[in-house]
Amino acid sequence: MNIVVSIKQIPNLTDELEINAEGTGLDHDALQYVLNEFDEHAIEEAVLAKEATGGTVTVIGVDTTGELDGALHTALAKGADSAVKITGDFPRGTDSHTQAKLIADAIRGMSPDIVLTGVQAADDRDGQIGPMIAAHLGVPYVGVVTGVQVKEGKAVVHKEYAGGVMAEFEVALPMVVGVQAAHQPPRYAPVSKIRQIAKTAKIDEVTGGAGPRAGSTVRRMFKPESAGHAEMWEGSPEEVADKIATLLAEKGLVKRG
Amino acid sequence: MAVGLDKVKPEAITEDKHLVVQGMDISGHWNRMFEQRVSWDYDVDNLDRVTDLPGGESLAWCYGCAKCTAVCPVDIVGDYSPRKIHRKTQMGVDLFNSDDLWLCTTCMNCLRVCPKEVNMIQIMPAVREQAVLEGTTVPPELQKAFEDTAKHGNPLGQPQRKRADWTKKVGVPVSIMKDLGRPVDILWYVGSYPSYHPRGNDAACAAARIFNSLGVDFGILGVEEKDDGDSQRLAGEKGLFEMLAEQNIAAFSKYEFSRMVVTGPHEFNAFKNEYPKLGADFKVLHYTRFLVEHLDKLKPMLKKPINLKVTFHDPCYLGRHNGEYDAPRQLLRAIPGVELVEMGRCRENGYCCGGGGGGMWLDSFTKEHTTMRLSERRVREAAEYGADVLAVCCPFEVSRFEDAAKSTGNDELMVRDILELLDESMRG
Amino acid sequence: MAKDILILAEHLNGKLADITFEMVGKAKELAAGFGGKAVAVLLGNGVKSLAESIGADSVLYVDDAALAQFNPEAYGRLLAALIQERNPRVVMIGNTSIGMDLAAGLSVMTDLPLIAYVNGLAADGGTLAATSQIYGGKIQAEALPDGEACIVACLAGAFPADTGKGSAPVEQIASPAPLDDLKVNFVKLIEPEGGDVDITQQPILVSIGRGIGGQENIELAQELADALGCAVSSSRPITDAGWLPKTRQVGKSGLTVTPKVYLAFGISGAPEHLEGMRGAETIVAVNTDSKAPIFDVAHYGATCDMLDLLPALTEKIKG
Repeated sequence: MNIVVSIKQIPNLTDELEINAEGTGLDHDALQYVLNEFDEHAIEEAVLAKEATGGTVTVIGVDTTGELDGALHTALAKGADSAVKITGDFPRGTDSHTQAKLIADAIRGMSPDIVLTGVQAADDRDGQIGPMIAAHLGVPYVGVVTGVQVKEGKAVVHKEYAGGVMAEFEVALPMVVGVQAAHQPPRYAPVSKIRQIAKTAKIDEVTGGAGPRAGSTVRRMFKPESAGHAEMWEGSPEEVADKIATLLAEKGLVKRG
Repeated sequence: MAVGLDKVKPEAITEDKHLVVQGMDISGHWNRMFEQRVSWDYDVDNLDRVTDLPGGESLAWCYGCAKCTAVCPVDIVGDYSPRKIHRKTQMGVDLFNSDDLWLCTTCMNCLRVCPKEVNMIQIMPAVREQAVLEGTTVPPELQKAFEDTAKHGNPLGQPQRKRADWTKKVGVPVSIMKDLGRPVDILWYVGSYPSYHPRGNDAACAAARIFNSLGVDFGILGVEEKDDGDSQRLAGEKGLFEMLAEQNIAAFSKYEFSRMVVTGPHEFNAFKNEYPKLGADFKVLHYTRFLVEHLDKLKPMLKKPINLKVTFHDPCYLGRHNGEYDAPRQLLRAIPGVELVEMGRCRENGYCCGGGGGGMWLDSFTKEHTTMRLSERRVREAAEYGADVLAVCCPFEVSRFEDAAKSTGNDELMVRDILELLDESMRG
Repeated sequence: MAKDILILAEHLNGKLADITFEMVGKAKELAAGFGGKAVAVLLGNGVKSLAESIGADSVLYVDDAALAQFNPEAYGRLLAALIQERNPRVVMIGNTSIGMDLAAGLSVMTDLPLIAYVNGLAADGGTLAATSQIYGGKIQAEALPDGEACIVACLAGAFPADTGKGSAPVEQIASPAPLDDLKVNFVKLIEPEGGDVDITQQPILVSIGRGIGGQENIELAQELADALGCAVSSSRPITDAGWLPKTRQVGKSGLTVTPKVYLAFGISGAPEHLEGMRGAETIVAVNTDSKAPIFDVAHYGATCDMLDLLPALTEKIKG
């Protein structure tokens, strides 16, 4: 089983996001980049699949930050077997269309049985990478998946709909899966192990050519009209509790003691 | 014939061995103390696996005297001590996959009394590191603390950008080095719990006000500060410690300061004993010693008497690990009205709160393996000595002891950082 | 047909999803500006009556046994063929579990730009301006397609549904692409495990998020819910961690709830969560981060520590 995981780094959303002077994008240089949370689940699901059925896991990504090595080393520490980074003139915030094309071109020659990637990323303004890779490779895609089982040229995937309803699909491999959540929480890679691997592991480097573009241009980026809506209650927890209790009493939902 | 005696090879016993030690002739009957006892009663592969690790060697030196068992804080509430670990391992128990591996708090009371210098402070981290690398037996709550520290720079999992948010509630200015743009006398390393934990915030705010009143020229690192990582190292995540140390050392070296003051004993231990191995070069003081330097100026400011019976809990990493027993007591005695009472287990024999060596993040795990939490045992002791206040000077302890006071029904026992008591007395 | 807007009608279990009406309503408004029509496309099996309840300018439907259930491969093929055949000005697809399987792939297959996570659409002097909600709801980005035509993936709840309801001339069309030899085969639907409380039927919900800190604090929320006689619900991270069953999850991949009062404790308000609870009559949000997006939809807010507030409120309610 030849498993490939496509990953992508995105701004750390717990940071304060600043918009650039032109007002058309983020001030990327001021941001810390982290691995897309859904891609962490994709890595976990890939390693679980490998542990269940054997095979190899290759992790691949476009290095838009100059710091992709860290994410690749972490994936290796979690159980991936090899790592590939695509380098070239790809700045932070490179659009999904470009990244998907670069990744599809790089993995075509690897003839993967299954490609796993995070179902979405917080910066997918021009769409999610998974379905694009599938379209470039001409293979089927199923996303919002919370469980993958691979056997004999087929994958059984569980796709989530709203309200907790799920659909089970059986898909002839190769395919691309957009992982919503691995069937167990992503494992912790000890920093000790990551540092050991960083000293010895080899990351294959592929030079990427020019990609397509997003096909649309941001003319204005802004923060949503914030707050204002909620009337803020100041004060101690007791005072706030009092206000909530009063509100519930006014609505006739509790008796006011 | 006594059991097992027939297994001793007769030729290994030499009656007339001649030995001179430091000029003294101690020839006489063969005594096993002079050489490692050769054991062929058991399969010692598991013991060898431990003693083959760098740092694990000294487990082999144990000769079973059990001095450690008498002082081990975990044995007092459970069934665990270095001697027992040695014996079990010798008999074939695999320490790497045993729950025992996570019970040691690295409090160092065993090493203090051990005639053979069996060093659990090195053995446990060495074995734990292997367990962490394999990743199969690490208790989930500890793993979560590692993960939070790796992701957010603090074991509480709070956002890095909020590290200096506590300064908003101090009421006096607290300068951040990055904004200050000039050298300071004191770089104050605040620490994770004082920065994020609500009760830690109280101690941090008190410290800021005290420093301010004393006219100390100080600054903090704010969002550039990361957890010191020492407890994570002792819990087996050495790589995480090294990563944090590199980041902290890089942040420290950006600024000019004469000395560093830390709020916590664990940070004190890290910066004094561990960071220098990684190239750090600066002078560090725990806040108690730093404030004692200013006692002449501080004393007249302590106006409001605190008429209470106060007992002091020696933090393992300030006392036993680093030899500081007096500074905290000097500060407490300087507060008017305070009656300082000592608990039976104090100073060199101080009882451990349970938070060291990763114990801070193993609360539920340890609870399952002991009859009561170490913090609960300690709080009971404080109550037995009739204390109104249990004074501490380690940021791990306030919340641990407050919870323990509640769970043992000693609600009336107040737990206060010395900083809080000083601040209260100063503010009048 | 270069002025028309093609909308993919979404349905599951014999019911049209609200997103269909929301997009159709918006499409009619935009199409009028472009001088074209809002054309809904419905793919399914035995779906004529569903087609008849869509208030578009016209409705095309493909009826095929292979479409009895959503199948990303089948849908993708048909839509790619339809787009090529009809050359619409705009294609609207939900940024939903179903739509997210389709829009990005279609963008590559048809070479049309895609603007995703759209919660605002305007015909700006004949040009379509689409606003995306990205970076976890923290940023809005208004973009124009580089050419005339494009695909937009619309967030659920972004537009009113009312104007998209009604009826329209319905036309059954032959499948524009073959539906045999599919590599993706639908096996079955799995309903969520029952037996737990139904959080959609509660007058009050005590809903918790990451701010709860640890599993051991869940009981603080449960005690409050017990005092109020209601249930505890949560955002995704809590059910992902296994601290509450999946049946308690509010939001995009969970349930949509409309209680009289929704008490959000320690929930930051990711768009996926807001989708499931913005319809509550009154929303009270408690979060230590005063900039959390939850405060944008809440009616009342406070920034105190939820772990202090929960027991305090429980005490008050018990009296």
